Amino acid sequence: MRRAGPMIGGMAQAQVLTFTDRGIYCPAGDFFIDPWRPVDRALITHAHADHARWGHGRYLATHGSLPVMRHRLGDITAESVGYDETRRIGDATVSFHPAGHVPGSAQIRVEVAGEVWVVSGDYKLGPDGLCEEFEPVRCHSFISECTFGLPVFRWHPQNQVAGEILDWWQSNASQGRFSLLGAYSLGKAQRLLHMLRDGPGPILTHGAVENVNEVLRAQGLALPDTVRVTPDLDAKAHPGALVIAPPSAFGSSWARRFAQASTGFASGWMQLRGVRRRRAMDRGFVVSDHADWPELHRAIKETGAENIYVTHGYTDIFARHLNEIGYNARVVPTEFGTDEDGAEDAA
Amino acid sequence: MKRFAALFTQIDQTTKTSRKTSLLRAYFETAPKDDRLWTVALLSGRRPKRAVTTTRLREWAAERAGIPLWLFEDSYAIVGDLAETIALVLPPPNRRDDHSLTEMIGRLRALGALDEAARKPVILDLWDGLDQTERLVFNKLLTGGFRIGVSQKLMTRALAQALDRDEAEIAHRLMGDWSPDSTDWHRLIEAEDASADLSRPYPFALAHQVDDAPHVLGPIGDWQAEWKWDGIRGQLILREGQHFTWSRGEELMTDRFPEFARAVDFLPSGTVLDGEIVAWDGDQPLPFNALQKRIGRKTVPKKLLKDAPVIMLAYDLLEDRGHDLRDRPLLERRAALERLLSGLPGDAPVRASPVIEARDWDDLARIRATARDARAEGLMLKRRKSPYFVGRKKGDWWKWKLDPLTIDAVMIYAQAGHGRRANLFTDFTFAVRDGNALVPFTKAYSGLTDAEFRQITAWVRKNTTERFGPVRQVKPHHVFEIAFEGIQRSPRHKSGVALRFPRMARWRQDLSVDDADTLDHLHEMLNIYG
Repeated sequence: MRRAGPMIGGMAQAQVLTFTDRGIYCPAGDFFIDPWRPVDRALITHAHADHARWGHGRYLATHGSLPVMRHRLGDITAESVGYDETRRIGDATVSFHPAGHVPGSAQIRVEVAGEVWVVSGDYKLGPDGLCEEFEPVRCHSFISECTFGLPVFRWHPQNQVAGEILDWWQSNASQGRFSLLGAYSLGKAQRLLHMLRDGPGPILTHGAVENVNEVLRAQGLALPDTVRVTPDLDAKAHPGALVIAPPSAFGSSWARRFAQASTGFASGWMQLRGVRRRRAMDRGFVVSDHADWPELHRAIKETGAENIYVTHGYTDIFARHLNEIGYNARVVPTEFGTDEDGAEDAA
Repeated sequence: MKRFAALFTQIDQTTKTSRKTSLLRAYFETAPKDDRLWTVALLSGRRPKRAVTTTRLREWAAERAGIPLWLFEDSYAIVGDLAETIALVLPPPNRRDDHSLTEMIGRLRALGALDEAARKPVILDLWDGLDQTERLVFNKLLTGGFRIGVSQKLMTRALAQALDRDEAEIAHRLMGDWSPDSTDWHRLIEAEDASADLSRPYPFALAHQVDDAPHVLGPIGDWQAEWKWDGIRGQLILREGQHFTWSRGEELMTDRFPEFARAVDFLPSGTVLDGEIVAWDGDQPLPFNALQKRIGRKTVPKKLLKDAPVIMLAYDLLEDRGHDLRDRPLLERRAALERLLSGLPGDAPVRASPVIEARDWDDLARIRATARDARAEGLMLKRRKSPYFVGRKKGDWWKWKLDPLTIDAVMIYAQAGHGRRANLFTDFTFAVRDGNALVPFTKAYSGLTDAEFRQITAWVRKNTTERFGPVRQVKPHHVFEIAFEGIQRSPRHKSGVALRFPRMARWRQDLSVDDADTLDHLHEMLNIYG
């Protein structure tokens, strides 16, 4: 895969995609992808709040993303498409392809006059049993996230981590303790539900998690049974339960009903002992919906792209490394990473 | 190694002291004696001699991981822990070994006899037989610095519980100059004579900070007040014609401070003093940076001995003619201390730290306000009836420090933190205004909450104007109140000043850059307090 890199001609002329202070822009189609300030027309890779923001004129997203977006953003003007379905917008042809990040998440392919660019959004490789598996898309230029673009990030197999969490839950349940597990309400929470479907007791969910569950169940996603935690719920009626909640609920009055709970947090960042300790939870489980170091390399290689734009994460380091191994890589600025899917948080 | 790694993992998985204590206790009750001894050694900061330099470890780990060295180094900067970084980048093990902790350390020590090239295959082979956690623990043995969230106090308590012994006695036995090579489990823990070792210091008594005005402590007559000096807390031991100087961090500093050799000429054998080591100008302490020049040096050049001579300002007598006085009330120990030191010549390297007399708390508060003139940081308050206790026990010893000095400054550079704070921008450089320019004058990395660090981190990401390696220049926008304990002239810094213990007291979101203090103001502070 070594490619010494004269830059392709398109770079000097009008690019298929450009990087503006509002986000990634396609001049040929006059639309933005995951813009962070209000624009007329926005294509959205997935429904996490820092990618699907409020205030755009028109939205285009996958059939799987749109219901959650409507749930979160309210009354928006939006259309949805299926995976691999092509749309013509101005002089650009666009299509959405599975990214494996959360249910409905997509990479967005943009073709103008035969030149193909792909925006990865957030992604991970391999099946998680829940969302559509990442599909490599051939392109000339690939805009890749690299949240975990360091060689210290290598995930263990999902069933191994599921075993660790189940052991923890089992041990807590046998002492009559609750297991309070922090996870972001869209994606991570449902993935955990799926991983832990054969656990030793009932699963309770925070309202923010259960709201997303309802939207996804309505779309036909098979999730195990859960019990919504309401103000009048009697926690004692569910001894040894696993409780899934966004981390912001920890330490609040909401969590107080689960006295003596053992606490855990599921995130790729839990790979780092320092971050784990900063969270001050009993346990950290390494479960990420982003690509680890080997996956980033595999994904980039499989696109066949010569030009790699890296964004969101350890961009400087990752770009330098890609350049050393023969890609033409550069860093593009983003304003992702300030919300629930934040640099540290949702991963 | 599996048993020790499991202990490490379990301790790492809890934040509760009681849980850590019971885990350690169970370990001490069941582990073999040799492993126990090494565990006590490691958890009290005693580690096997370094068998391989960290430079080589980095190179070998990068090579084994198949990544360039710079990428390893950049990863290390983010992870913040060398042992962990190595454990994370290495490929998965190809077999699983289970050597005991003592065997593992034995193997490391056998490396000393090999030349460097021959050490490499041994280390690589040992890595191959360990899983990720075991590698982390093993690498900690290699690199030293075995900090796993277990304080010496916690370890001592667990050990005392496992052995059903008195905690203070165990604490005393674990003090001083021993290693698993110089002793064994029986001699260290079980043998009758706890004071066999001449150099063994006593555990230090430590103070808490007074939160409010000290009137709540009751009648002032119950309390002895002293200056709180800004030096190095130390213990000076004179036994059988020899002397030993220990820091509070249990570092033997005898050679660093040769001045104390003369103490044996003035004071009887069997004397142990607790006090503050300070650089001394003949009448009062020199600023801390004079002492700082001495701390870094194992041997001291003549000129430095002359420019920054040290003395001990002694405030407690722990052993008098071989008798342990720690159970006696402070009142008595103080009288004995004064008897002992009263007749010494003016050039003796030990003096009694004076007791400060005050009519009432308000009077004492007025005296405290003059602490900077006395080159002190504030006052110490010690209950006259109290024994000399082990460690930090609330109620008998208080420090009543001066309020810090403060200045409002602009944040201009940010750098990510290490370890617990990797991924957050936590290390900032601050500037004061000088006309239209901003002059950097200090760094600070503590004082904000985790939530504030997260907030500022998001801001830094969006407002970086330039990058210099790991350092980001940011838009001058945020103003912070910087608190510090002292200010000194420093030709090495652009601003001409160096601060002592700078930290962020408050994020002044109510202030703009134009409200920040000026270089002139900083220099005024230097003139007043420097």
